[in-house]
Amino acid sequence: MKIIACVKRVIDYNVRVQINRDGDGVVTDGVKMSMNPFDEIAVEEGLRLKEKGVATELIAVSIGGSESQQQLRTALAMGADRAILVENDAPLIPLGAAHILLRIIEKEQPGLVILGKQAIDDDRNQTGQMLAALWGRPQATFASALEINGEKASVTREIDAGMETIEVDLPAVVTTDLRLNEPRFVKMPDIMKAKRKTLDVIAAASLDLPSIPNVVTSNFSPPPTREAGIKVESVEQLVDVMKTRGLI
Amino acid sequence: MSTTLLVAEHDGAQLNQSTARALTGLAPLGDVDIIVFAENGSAVCAEAAALAGVGQVLQVDSPDNSHQLAAVVAPQIAAIAAPYSVIAMPSTTFGKDLAPRAAALLGVHQVSDVMEAIDAKNFRRPIYAGNVIVHENVEAFDKVVLTMRTASFQAAVAGSDAAPIVPTETTADLPDHTRFVKLEAQASERPDLQGAAWVVAGGRGVGSEENFAVIYDLADKLGAGCGASRAAVDAGYCPNDMQVGQTGKIIAPDVYIALGISGAIQHITGIKDAGTIIAVNKDEEAPIFDVADIGIVGDLFDLAPRIGAALGK
Repeated sequence: MKIIACVKRVIDYNVRVQINRDGDGVVTDGVKMSMNPFDEIAVEEGLRLKEKGVATELIAVSIGGSESQQQLRTALAMGADRAILVENDAPLIPLGAAHILLRIIEKEQPGLVILGKQAIDDDRNQTGQMLAALWGRPQATFASALEINGEKASVTREIDAGMETIEVDLPAVVTTDLRLNEPRFVKMPDIMKAKRKTLDVIAAASLDLPSIPNVVTSNFSPPPTREAGIKVESVEQLVDVMKTRGLI
Repeated sequence: MSTTLLVAEHDGAQLNQSTARALTGLAPLGDVDIIVFAENGSAVCAEAAALAGVGQVLQVDSPDNSHQLAAVVAPQIAAIAAPYSVIAMPSTTFGKDLAPRAAALLGVHQVSDVMEAIDAKNFRRPIYAGNVIVHENVEAFDKVVLTMRTASFQAAVAGSDAAPIVPTETTADLPDHTRFVKLEAQASERPDLQGAAWVVAGGRGVGSEENFAVIYDLADKLGAGCGASRAAVDAGYCPNDMQVGQTGKIIAPDVYIALGISGAIQHITGIKDAGTIIAVNKDEEAPIFDVADIGIVGDLFDLAPRIGAALGK
């Protein structure tokens, strides 16, 4: 069984994001970029399934500018067998990304597609579910455990009410939650080896995609801030303040 | 007739409060129809019909809807969507799972985590863990799917007259490729974290799973829900479903008491709509004090029982 893991290049988790001067985007010049952390978990899960002998090949797929090759090289250094970049510099909503991924799936015929549950830049949490819908296949979102049994997968999902287990027929789409696994660190020799692995670049325009209208995102602004309040010295004082404010 | 359809979240017996919160957020768009997918949704429909601002409640009863799996519900939404220009659900794990599947079947865009619906084509939403707010204009689509950020809205209250409940059938082909196996819920008498008026939460400073008893005791004395930071969950001090923050639950209780939580930006994202934030931390430089309305510097194991004794009911 082939597995596809999807990878998005995003501003690094630790960067304090700044809005640009025109208020129509965030500052990316000179800012550290990384693989979306949830996608690292997706790649790791694919590797573990391969190491268990469940999967025969792990393909990392990304959509973006040519600089996204860096994140695909990271996936290759982690252990992915090969990578595909669908080169696209135009703005892309999740519906558009799902259509692109569907084209790759039609060609590669994977048994499982794993994606992060959300990208930490636009926090939309949509692409995996949309892909599953367009593909007409099951989705198992927010996975914290995944077990493949022949033609089926058993997936434990982190939902608000607790831990839900569902069974899905393969092929299927799985999106990862934080506790599915801890991604491995990449070692220097693996980075060298990754340079020799195949990374195919395909132009998005060559994929015969449906035309999808544009969504206009504007007015980037900081959120309303909370001001630091007061410090009290004792529980008695805390109770007094809470009474004054009508909280008790 | 309403042009907005809200998909109810419920557990088969009761309407989840997230539905009433989402309803408030949709009020700028006019009356809202609510749709209930259930095995037998009569009780849930009655609750939904009582809320102010509801046009009608569509009751879709079917054994297929007993677990409201996204793969099963989404085609039914797509089949019934024609008269509506906005199809919304709460931005909970229920809505986040279902909404994109419905949107893709309809071939339309989804706006996630709407914190303000300006009109049926313009919305405001947070990105980058809530560090940036953006305006999304979806005029290019004749229809749009939304998930509503429940922490941004108060729950809608009961209206004067109950809305009509309309038994509804959909004609969608439902897949059998996805099957519910089980739900392991944390048995708890405490209020639901996302609906609780008061929430008590612990962080890495609590130090161990055993020590988390301090958090539970205080919550029980105050009749509060229980939460935790990601650090505490990752350290195994408490279950995953207690996690509050960017990748956990976004909550807006009247009072939030943070004990031993340093206040990472991802955690603050989950609580910044709280009415009053009270922080207890032994490090006076902890960033939680930058957003707390009332702070006490000190040992949580000393202070928590005394707060419980002073405020306990």
